[in-house]
Amino acid sequence: MKYLPILLCALLWEAIVQFGLVSRDLLPSLSDVLSATWKLAREGDLWTNGAASLYRGGAGLALAIIVGAVLGILMAWWRAVDAFVGPLVEALYPMPKSALIPVTVLWLGFGDGSKILLIFLGCMLPVTLAAYNGARSCEQALVWSARSLGASRLRVLWDVVLPSALPELVNGVRTALALTFVLLVSSELIVARAGLGYLIGFLGEGGVYDAMFAVVLVVAFLGFFADRLYQRATRRVLAWRE
Amino acid sequence: MNKFIFDSGEGTVKQIVVDGVSHTYRPPRGREVLALEDVSLEIAPREFVALLGPSGCGKSTLLYLIGGFLPVEKGAIRIEGQPVAAPGPDRGIVFQHFALFPWKTVRANVRYGLEKMGLAREEQERRAQAQIEMVGLKGFEESYPSQLSGGMKQRAALARTLAVDPRMLLMDEPFGALDAQTRGLMQSELLAIWQRRPTTVLFVTHDVQEAVLLAQRVVVMSARPGRIKATVETRLDRSDPHIYRSPAFAEKVDEIWNLVRDEAIKSQ
Repeated sequence: MKYLPILLCALLWEAIVQFGLVSRDLLPSLSDVLSATWKLAREGDLWTNGAASLYRGGAGLALAIIVGAVLGILMAWWRAVDAFVGPLVEALYPMPKSALIPVTVLWLGFGDGSKILLIFLGCMLPVTLAAYNGARSCEQALVWSARSLGASRLRVLWDVVLPSALPELVNGVRTALALTFVLLVSSELIVARAGLGYLIGFLGEGGVYDAMFAVVLVVAFLGFFADRLYQRATRRVLAWRE
Repeated sequence: MNKFIFDSGEGTVKQIVVDGVSHTYRPPRGREVLALEDVSLEIAPREFVALLGPSGCGKSTLLYLIGGFLPVEKGAIRIEGQPVAAPGPDRGIVFQHFALFPWKTVRANVRYGLEKMGLAREEQERRAQAQIEMVGLKGFEESYPSQLSGGMKQRAALARTLAVDPRMLLMDEPFGALDAQTRGLMQSELLAIWQRRPTTVLFVTHDVQEAVLLAQRVVVMSARPGRIKATVETRLDRSDPHIYRSPAFAEKVDEIWNLVRDEAIKSQ
């Protein structure tokens, strides 16, 4: 039972609130939070806001993966691309992407667009770097084998360089997936009219703390679930590695 | 000179012509190294030639130049009269470390070149299967390279290369990563394949016995910068399974070893 520590923490949470060790204003009991979750789900708030968040996160991450992978592989393959884009990637990589929240709002407003752009910008660099490193590790002999078997120069990128980069790329995407949740919730907390982050902020301001904790719990669970699902999917994709 | 008469290998038409080739290796960091200096070599159709030399003598570089993987900077290389421009399926290559696509099964690896030829799916399957069986990998079609032993990997790589029916085979120390027993087996199988379907073979090795055993002609290269030091015709009866024990074999090995020894010492 791998998740026993989590269960123990849940019991501890319930116990310290029930025995009055902490004020319910600071920490509602787990049972109250769970019933608030149920209520939010039944009344539909969880679904509408969840769907908005899922759409933003999914679109931003998908864009980041596609553009990041292409950019990273091109950087690894053509020195000119590397010379031009490399320094930009290096300079922007350590920048805290949440600092861009006001910028994306200025450009695209309060709706989905600004969140998607933020997630795209924030998640692209880890994917780019992973694709770059992965593609650089591609064996020369594999490329030459493909070329001598009749593959064109461009075709080799798809047939050989991309699969060679895959193990690294998969790790970069995992980082990006975690980052998606961070950027999604923080951007929705700050400026939004829908989404799980918005719901957390809205409920908190209204003093409905058990419901606020409920959404926090849902977000945490979604992040965990997405990561597990991703791990499972990648294990299948990389089955050839043994 | 541009007639393509493929005679028994004695004629004047050469399949591979290397003419005054020099090559400088330029690592991204560090200083330039002259790897090959003024190398000239001619190989007739269906000839089995071994390129022998100490490590770092540029013998693999020469192979890569012929393969079209590296640009010819000085001198010229012609394949059947045409200057080499790029790699192509006419020149099959086999590497020391197999270079199988690790994400593809044995079958998919062997089929790769057939796909690129644009063959119909059934034809690809048929030829891949025939090739897999020829190298003795029947039953391992769905295995990934990581599940195979070194010898099996090299069989799969050989099948992948032979499947597209190349006009010549470029082999870069193909058995160098195998244990002694497997190497011996693979050597006799390569000879058997070559005798069944003679193809031009250029075989890079640093193993004198291997060179004498396999090749009709052994080209000995000097230590860096690589130059051709001597060419020795072996003239052995390769159908003799006990060739190892014949005095003629020992003499050839001795003769070539004497040529190589000084170079090997220099390259230490």
